[in-house]
Amino acid sequence: MSHEHRHEHGGTPQRPLTETELRVRALESLLTEKGLVDPKALDALIDTYETKVGPRNGARVVARAWVDPAYKARLLNDATAAIAELGYTGRQGEEMVVLENTPTVHNMVVCTLCSCYPWPVLGLPPVWYKSPPYRSRAVLDPRGVLGEFGVALPDGVEVRVWDSTSEVRYLVLPERPPGTEGMSEGELAALVTRDSMIGVARVAPPVRPAAGTPA
Amino acid sequence: MNGVHDLGGMHGLGPIVREENEPVFHAEWERRAFAITMAAGFLGEWNIDMSRHSRELMPPAEYLATSYYEHWLWGLEHLLVEKGLLTKEEIEARVAELRKGAVR
Repeated sequence: MSHEHRHEHGGTPQRPLTETELRVRALESLLTEKGLVDPKALDALIDTYETKVGPRNGARVVARAWVDPAYKARLLNDATAAIAELGYTGRQGEEMVVLENTPTVHNMVVCTLCSCYPWPVLGLPPVWYKSPPYRSRAVLDPRGVLGEFGVALPDGVEVRVWDSTSEVRYLVLPERPPGTEGMSEGELAALVTRDSMIGVARVAPPVRPAAGTPA
Repeated sequence: MNGVHDLGGMHGLGPIVREENEPVFHAEWERRAFAITMAAGFLGEWNIDMSRHSRELMPPAEYLATSYYEHWLWGLEHLLVEKGLLTKEEIEARVAELRKGAVR
């Protein structure tokens, strides 16, 4: 089979394929033989989503919004277009909405029905995001879930939970942490985590003072 | 459609388990399942809502007992058969053929 080179042979003891592995291989071989899928396209898809698309993209969007008020205004007004300005477009991100976290409002994102997630800016979702425990509890007990992720919100902070759909995908714009005043856009982007853009974490202040910050 | 996939607000599904430095895929078969699902989608025989619906047709007990890409695989197989691109018989025949002595 065309993908034989990708299978792990070296060193690992051989074992029978699981039922799932057999079925994947059966479908791939049949689809390839019938010319319904192109083996090169398969490898390109895997490479794209494994190495090229991921939360570093979203982090660049957030950092730009932190340093450029005009960009931030465009982002909150028409997220799809503003994100496309940075070159991030494509499937599962056709209709983007950006949600701004503030000292009084905390947004978090879930997909209770499946796994809808903004692929162009965050890549493919982590397992916990797609799992029944998160999907069920994010809407039932958001503060409890946030607590498990290490986010303790004061009572006065309003929590808004956004349930994604196959049409609309959300990206949280987290609050810029204190102590980052002198930082460059690139340095800021490095602080932004995937979880902060799902809304289950805050962006932590830098460990060391930024360049230009008085010691 | 009402069904087991409609998990919002359900009780008793256990703790949220997170993984530090989680890889994008956890096994080679997940990479392949992802890629063939995406590539088959490009054939234009179905749209994203039909893909999701096909996964929601999985029997409820099986849905909760299997992983995310197993849902994808199940849904893809369902759509390929429904659209007449592959038959159930040829899939089972190929699985049986591969099972004979196939090792990784």
